[in-house]
Amino acid sequence: MLELNVNGRTHTVDVEPEMPLLWVLRDHLNLLGTKYGCGISVCGACTVHIDGEPVRSCTLPVSEALGTKIVTIEGLSQDGLHRIQAAWIAHEVPQCGYCQTGMIMSAAALLAKNPKPTDADIDKTITNLCRCGTYARVRTAIHALAEDPAPIVPKNP
Amino acid sequence: MTLAMSRRDFLKVSAALGGGFVLEFCFPLASAATAGAAASEVNAWIVIHPDDRVVIRIARSEMGQGTFTALAQLVAEELDCDWGKVSAEFASPNEHFKRNRIWGSMSTGGSMGVRSSQDYVRKAGASARVMLVMAAAMQWQVPASECLAENGVISHGPTGRKLRYGQVADAAARLAPPQDVQLRDPKDWKIAGKSVHRLDIPDKVLGKPVFGVGGSLHGMLHASIAQCPVFGGTLRSVDARAAEKMRGVKKVVREKDFVAVVADSWWRADQALGKLAIEWDEGGNGSASNQTVQAMLQAGLAEADLPQARKLGDAQAALAGAAKVIEAEYQSPYLSHATLEPQTCTAWFKPEGFLEVWTSTQNGEASMEAAAQASGLPLDKIEVHKMMLGGGFGRRGGPQDFVRQGVAIAKALPGVPVKLMWSREEDMQHDFYRPASIVRMKAGVDAQGKLIAMHTRIACPSILKVLMPKMLGKDGIDFSAVRSFSDMPYTVAHQQVDYAMRNGHVPVGFWRAPGQQNAFYRECFIDELAVAAGKDPVEYRLAMLKPGDKNRLVLEAVVKAAAWGTSLPSGIHRGVAVVDGFGSFTAMVAEVSVSAAGKVTVQRIVVAIDSGYVVNPDTCRAQAESNVIYGLGPILYQENNVKNGRIVESNFRSFRLPQISEMPKVETVLVPTGGFWGGHGEPAILPLAPAVCNAIFAATGKRIRSLPLKHHDLRRV
Ligand code: FES
Ligand code: FES
Repeated sequence: MLELNVNGRTHTVDVEPEMPLLWVLRDHLNLLGTKYGCGISVCGACTVHIDGEPVRSCTLPVSEALGTKIVTIEGLSQDGLHRIQAAWIAHEVPQCGYCQTGMIMSAAALLAKNPKPTDADIDKTITNLCRCGTYARVRTAIHALAEDPAPIVPKNP
Repeated sequence: MTLAMSRRDFLKVSAALGGGFVLEFCFPLASAATAGAAASEVNAWIVIHPDDRVVIRIARSEMGQGTFTALAQLVAEELDCDWGKVSAEFASPNEHFKRNRIWGSMSTGGSMGVRSSQDYVRKAGASARVMLVMAAAMQWQVPASECLAENGVISHGPTGRKLRYGQVADAAARLAPPQDVQLRDPKDWKIAGKSVHRLDIPDKVLGKPVFGVGGSLHGMLHASIAQCPVFGGTLRSVDARAAEKMRGVKKVVREKDFVAVVADSWWRADQALGKLAIEWDEGGNGSASNQTVQAMLQAGLAEADLPQARKLGDAQAALAGAAKVIEAEYQSPYLSHATLEPQTCTAWFKPEGFLEVWTSTQNGEASMEAAAQASGLPLDKIEVHKMMLGGGFGRRGGPQDFVRQGVAIAKALPGVPVKLMWSREEDMQHDFYRPASIVRMKAGVDAQGKLIAMHTRIACPSILKVLMPKMLGKDGIDFSAVRSFSDMPYTVAHQQVDYAMRNGHVPVGFWRAPGQQNAFYRECFIDELAVAAGKDPVEYRLAMLKPGDKNRLVLEAVVKAAAWGTSLPSGIHRGVAVVDGFGSFTAMVAEVSVSAAGKVTVQRIVVAIDSGYVVNPDTCRAQAESNVIYGLGPILYQENNVKNGRIVESNFRSFRLPQISEMPKVETVLVPTGGFWGGHGEPAILPLAPAVCNAIFAATGKRIRSLPLKHHDLRRV
């Protein structure tokens, strides 16, 4: 039995220590917002926060996450909608949306550390892959968040 | 009366399907209509709640292209309801068959979602509005002609009385629909034509489980699959002893052409899959390679007599008499769709003899039929829950391989829901690929360099042959293999287009804008002709486009928007292309730089699109951005190579996707001229490769006749 702290709650899971965190989250804790895209740390669809750092959970053995604070897209906001998610809605960022939870987790980690990132900062840290080509809007939304910490959620999203 | 009966049954069935058994699978978009018993189905497309909430049913799929919202806008426009009270849900494929395909086609491809259903969905909205007005008029006992419906409220002019849609929906639902309805002139649109926020986005940013891989059912198991690495091969034997002993493994399912491991988590299933000792019968294709594909296509080009996809005038005679003949050969490799969500299907054979399927599909009807085939059950004993797609691009429409597999696997475990998900490696190596092709073009020009005759020979596998053989034209012409040549808009009196269908063993399929290779070939070759004639490539094209041709109009629009002909910062060069297809007309200017080390950077793309009408401008712009990045990968580095009968690339390290740093600035100019309905999901990819490659020529003097660019040495010497 392993104990994991996910989104502020302690969970006990009966899994092998080498199981990647992604599959513990998805198949054992039913947290399905974190996605599988490649399984080899390239695409970033599986990005979660571990002690505030963005981590690709598809290659991280769950044993290495013990004793840490794990946050997934489901736990990003205490009150339902994080300001980044609000900005994502306001700027119509997602297309298919599959990569977007990972994208949002990466953006959240970036903005937490660097509230006014430059284009170069974004290029360096937002290395998540999006097959649909939402990159321009990801950039716009991040810059907008840097300008305005509390974006307005459109009335009829 | 019968309609009312079937409607009530539908509500009951839906409640049973949606409420009774499903524990975790999220239907944020599929449960709205039936939540609350008093909702009234005014017609198949529209359900109205007493509190005025309107639920619009959508038959086409949503893969990020925005059709889900655009169709709802069109219905709401004619219904004239309050957009703030609108939600949408997918129409039930099970109910669709029971009600004699009441929602029309569910197929979502060819940028057709809006343009091929706009007429009947708008009529459904207008018809419901007329019924609501009639119901209010009957309640007031006044002529309907004195009543007006607007923004969800019906008012009686003379007395000023008002009723909300929700108050009369039940009565309206009992009325016979009107015979004929008047549709609004798009210039009067209030909801359509506006950049309303997409209805599917909030769930997606919250991480709600709306995708095919998103489901979780009580007691659900997970499957990982292996198919013969050589296409067409079959399973000979499997030694599963080691795998079966592994933790969580429940079953090894063997089928003719695949083996799957079912376990209590996907990772455990996939780990065990790796421990199977599998022997494949590779069939006869184990030695196929890039070289055999090349040889096959070249043999097609060398064939004396080929069926002709176009014949205008006498190209051979005109070529013989031309002042000069210019020839070139272009080619393209196979390409995988690489949807970010791998292929997936959840299936559950329920004890009462009913099969439920959850999947990311571009065609709910095709998924139903695949499930029926694989299960042996009749359609009325099957429901396919259409989930949001984590990308489609043509992969999840015609081929329903993942549904057949998911159902076959679940059939081995009756009563237990099983979610099949392919690994990325499996997904990349078992696609229905964008065909590899080779095209030879021969142009006869006069003394001024004007194009007078063109003979094109196309060797390309046929997608239709694989997926829709009935759609093949006479003489076996596949329109998707010859497009842009068979319908070239340039006024050239003598044209001949030959098609050599050469299929090989690599399965081919519809890949975003099928036939888009031809746009690359044609528009780069036209650039070659312009250069040979010493003419500006825009002028050269305009001289061959009839006045009033919409290709001309978008070309002029893009030239203006990109300020073609003005000077650029040093090191940046322009290329242009214009192509029509998927109902729309698209012209593009690419601004590109090539470093001394040969690195190509696409700096800026300006694209002008005439789609006749625009239902959601922001979504259309997003689709242009999407086409640019989807098309950029194959320009720069993507390709799928064939070796030993299999695809070499297996994941995103060998099949790279562009990153945010590679995204050019994209400026989309929408120039809708009205009178026709064109698509947006694909058109903007058509001119991309030629515009970029023509810009590379302008920058380097090097003519790119094959992609990806990684095989070209563009270093400055
Ligand atoms: S799934 Fe983890 S990086 Fe792609
Ligand atoms: S929105 Fe589809 S992969 Fe990014």
